[in-house]
Amino acid sequence: MKVYLDNAATTRLDPRVFTKIKPYFSEKYANASSIHLPGQEAYLDLQKAKQSVAKTFRGEANNVIFTSGATEANNFIIKGVALANRGKGNKIIISALEHPCVRESANELARDGFKVVVVEADKEGIITPEALRKVIDRETILVSIMAVNNEIGTIQDLTALSKITHEYGAYFHTDATQGIPYLDFDIKKMGLDFLSMSAHKINGPKGVGVAYINRQIKIRPLIIGGGQEDGYRAGTYNLPGIVGLAYALELAYKERKTYLKKVKFLRDRLLKGIKKEIPEVKINGSLDSRIEANLNVMFGYVEGEAILIDLSSKGICVSTGSACSASNLKASYVLSAIGLEKHFLNSNIRFSLGRFNTVAEIDYTIKCLKNTVSRLRKFSPIK
Amino acid sequence: MALNYTKKTLKHFLKPHNVGSINKPDGYAQIGNMVCGDQLDFFLKVEKGKIKDVKFLSFGCASNIATASILTEKVKGLSIAAAKEYNWQKIVDELGGLPNQKIHCSVMAVEGLKKAIADYEKKGDKKKLLKPKTTTKPIKKDIKKVSKKRTKIAKK
Repeated sequence: MKVYLDNAATTRLDPRVFTKIKPYFSEKYANASSIHLPGQEAYLDLQKAKQSVAKTFRGEANNVIFTSGATEANNFIIKGVALANRGKGNKIIISALEHPCVRESANELARDGFKVVVVEADKEGIITPEALRKVIDRETILVSIMAVNNEIGTIQDLTALSKITHEYGAYFHTDATQGIPYLDFDIKKMGLDFLSMSAHKINGPKGVGVAYINRQIKIRPLIIGGGQEDGYRAGTYNLPGIVGLAYALELAYKERKTYLKKVKFLRDRLLKGIKKEIPEVKINGSLDSRIEANLNVMFGYVEGEAILIDLSSKGICVSTGSACSASNLKASYVLSAIGLEKHFLNSNIRFSLGRFNTVAEIDYTIKCLKNTVSRLRKFSPIK
Repeated sequence: MALNYTKKTLKHFLKPHNVGSINKPDGYAQIGNMVCGDQLDFFLKVEKGKIKDVKFLSFGCASNIATASILTEKVKGLSIAAAKEYNWQKIVDELGGLPNQKIHCSVMAVEGLKKAIADYEKKGDKKKLLKPKTTTKPIKKDIKKVSKKRTKIAKK
């Protein structure tokens, strides 16, 4: 049996999205910047996609800038806002849970003389308003806090955090990549000046994302060239990707209710099964303030990569934050940030469920997991 | 990060040889620790200068387990002198290669075995009851040593 429980890494393209984008490779291939009729038609499809995305976030179509993905969107927003607003202050705040593309963008700014401050998470994986208050000041240009963490799935209170940010005259950005469709985003109500997202995490195509910007706020483009996206992001419009993103996003919110119910049922079944069948496990991060699709579990006395490879040999795909699985041989900074003891940092598995998982798959996973963990524990020197 | 384990490595991981411990071992050593994400415990039984039996316990990744499995398989029956000569390159060759960032596993396995042999030699042939030291406390010296080696290897 093949079981894919790594949907936070990427997802399978929804067949409906696939059908929708095919003509943009074969017939409707014109450049959306061209003046001829097919070009104009492509441009109209681009505008439709922007409207559709904006509608989901209750924002404005004009503010939707298509990028190559969330990594580019995060680079663009963090570096672009910092560099364009240097006169305003010199400080950038990011959370301890941010994705490497946010951390590295901030690090680059730090090398360029900006003061980068990290707001710590609590043991549950939550960035509290108090924690933000401790580090924010009038020198702050931008605060970047992710909507949902990619490893432990914890949800942040963006409305409260953006409110504090605005009290200090700073701008607020959220990396919403892992938050769709779990959170119902309302740009204005939530006080989001900037938002990033990616299509491939929501059953859309790879290689396309959105930087939702506020045109009232100065931002320096990351990619310059032919002046596309009003100069905010150069490069020929990736129309198959853009149409696919808009449609995947539309479907994700149209079917949100049923999906959330289904995925929560499956996740809870997995959780219950693991707790029942396997001793010495611990759930990492808050269970209450967490998206329905995520489960991050510490299996005591065994190493995460070994569990992963063993499960993989049984057709099950998961991921781990253990040092052995990382190219830099360092254990997950997210799990460190929420205070997981050093001895347990290498024993964690992330299960991220998605649209296509079934009850049979979950039951098979529980059964295999039980065997895997007990096999590895048998010859672990740590008891 | 993509990992390309060879079929042989996977085989040794899924069905490792010589796992377990030996009661009253002639030589014992522990290398690495939980904090680094890999730990190996080696147990030796020596008779007439030859490795009569060797077993290991592992808290580690797939290649940690596979390298210890193949190493113990290869040195079983060898003279102590020959076992000391067994190096990490031979493990890598036997497995048909290891991903770059996993080479350190083979180095660690060899060092662990050498440490167990050193323990045996220190004690002479006296069969002394040795209590395996299993601890969850980080062993600072070991961490430094292993992580230094890892950084070196990772840089290569």
